[in-house]
Amino acid sequence: MSIPTNLKYSKSHEWVKPEADGTVTIGITHHAQELLGDMVFIELPEVGRTLKQKEECAVAESVKAAADVYSPLSGEVIAVNSPLVDEPGKINEDAYSSWLFKLQPSNTSELDGLLDAAAYAELVENEDH
Amino acid sequence: MLKMTPLNQTHRDMNAKMVDFGGWDMPLHYGSQLDEHHKVRQDAGMFDVSHMLPVDIKGDNVRAFLRRLVANNVDKLTLPGKALYSCMLTPQGGIIDDLIIYFLSETWFRVVVNAGTAEKDVAWILKQRDELAPNLEITPRRDLAMIAVQGPNARAKVWQVIPGSQAATEELKQFQSAVVGQYFIARTGYTGEDGFEIILPAADATAFWKSLHAAGVAPAGLGARDTLRLEAGMNLYGQDMNETKNPMESGLAWTVDLKSERDFIGKEALLNTAVTQQLVGLVLIDRGVLRSHQQVVGQRDGAEYQGEITSGGFSPTMNQSIALARLPIQITIGDEVKVIVRDKQLRAKVVKYPFVRNGNVLV
Repeated sequence: MSIPTNLKYSKSHEWVKPEADGTVTIGITHHAQELLGDMVFIELPEVGRTLKQKEECAVAESVKAAADVYSPLSGEVIAVNSPLVDEPGKINEDAYSSWLFKLQPSNTSELDGLLDAAAYAELVENEDH
Repeated sequence: MLKMTPLNQTHRDMNAKMVDFGGWDMPLHYGSQLDEHHKVRQDAGMFDVSHMLPVDIKGDNVRAFLRRLVANNVDKLTLPGKALYSCMLTPQGGIIDDLIIYFLSETWFRVVVNAGTAEKDVAWILKQRDELAPNLEITPRRDLAMIAVQGPNARAKVWQVIPGSQAATEELKQFQSAVVGQYFIARTGYTGEDGFEIILPAADATAFWKSLHAAGVAPAGLGARDTLRLEAGMNLYGQDMNETKNPMESGLAWTVDLKSERDFIGKEALLNTAVTQQLVGLVLIDRGVLRSHQQVVGQRDGAEYQGEITSGGFSPTMNQSIALARLPIQITIGDEVKVIVRDKQLRAKVVKYPFVRNGNVLV
């Protein structure tokens, strides 16, 4: 599966989509769901919660394992994808449309520290070997 | 270097996700562990279990040796082909391994032991042999492969694939086996579904696997094997029991024969040890997933108690999380306990297991 070039990525396998209105949408990558296997449980952050970059803010559990999701950016949670809680398997079907939460970033310069698609592809490649 | 079963390349050709399982390179799943689980509950799936080890014990009076070696009573094995599930214990009553013993004749019994414990088991069996019955011949059979075909349609699929097998195995009851040509076919399994476990020459494993696949049997990996056995309430060695636990505190009292006069290794210790813990089933009431090693807490008669989940996971059949947990003996079915999951205490109900048998939810 190709890695979308319009997104940014964290080393801990979250994707970040910068929106036109200055907010960002966040999910976990295709590679992350592949490592975890069939997803069975998602716990999302509270709307209104203020997150620091790299703070644990959500949990994704598969049949195999539990994984913490870390916020790729600092900011305030402005929306969560509640329907996903009842259908965690959607992440396996399409990780890049199955967003977890949206942030109003408090420090947009953090975006520059994230990986682009090529750098993330390299990270995944190195992990596989 | 990981050990490989005769089917290793076949798994890779079928796009299996391979994992290191106790030193063996084994398939975790072939795409979706959940799909494989449902396929076994609803139709038929197959597992490569060639990492497990058949050990043949041959010679005069094998039975007398096994009477002493294992905690269950091999005198229950009267018909050739009959199988018995048992623990093999240390003198202190701890579980060295759980195994299945097949009675083939008075001069030939076959035991099948777990992969992770195989070397330790064989060493222990040889040591006991040297002391108790030096004339017996003990042969680990790494020249054999083992494939479990499980599910409501599993037997019919095997009959399609092995000519003449239907007539020979149709009348087999649970825990009975028959030999059909080069195939050793037992009506046993680790999923809570009907089916066979089939032992055959390693060289023929790939062709047999492919024939089963062509007949519509889905390959299933260790992931599905674990969720199926957990739903079926079957213990996993190393997780639900080990050498520091005895069968009484591992939900396996039913496999220990303390009634007969027979003396077996570990019997004296079991008779002299008070049972303070038990293995129970848990069904999670709150949202989340139970996992092994999570702590269980609760209150009973004003006193606080603690326990631990030994195997936990998501039940695909029940669509909720279930677990086996080791709790104080005072806890009873229907009690509510709390499980510590990250920063939360989740509510779970104590239930009698198995959770699922033959496609039906029992709790």
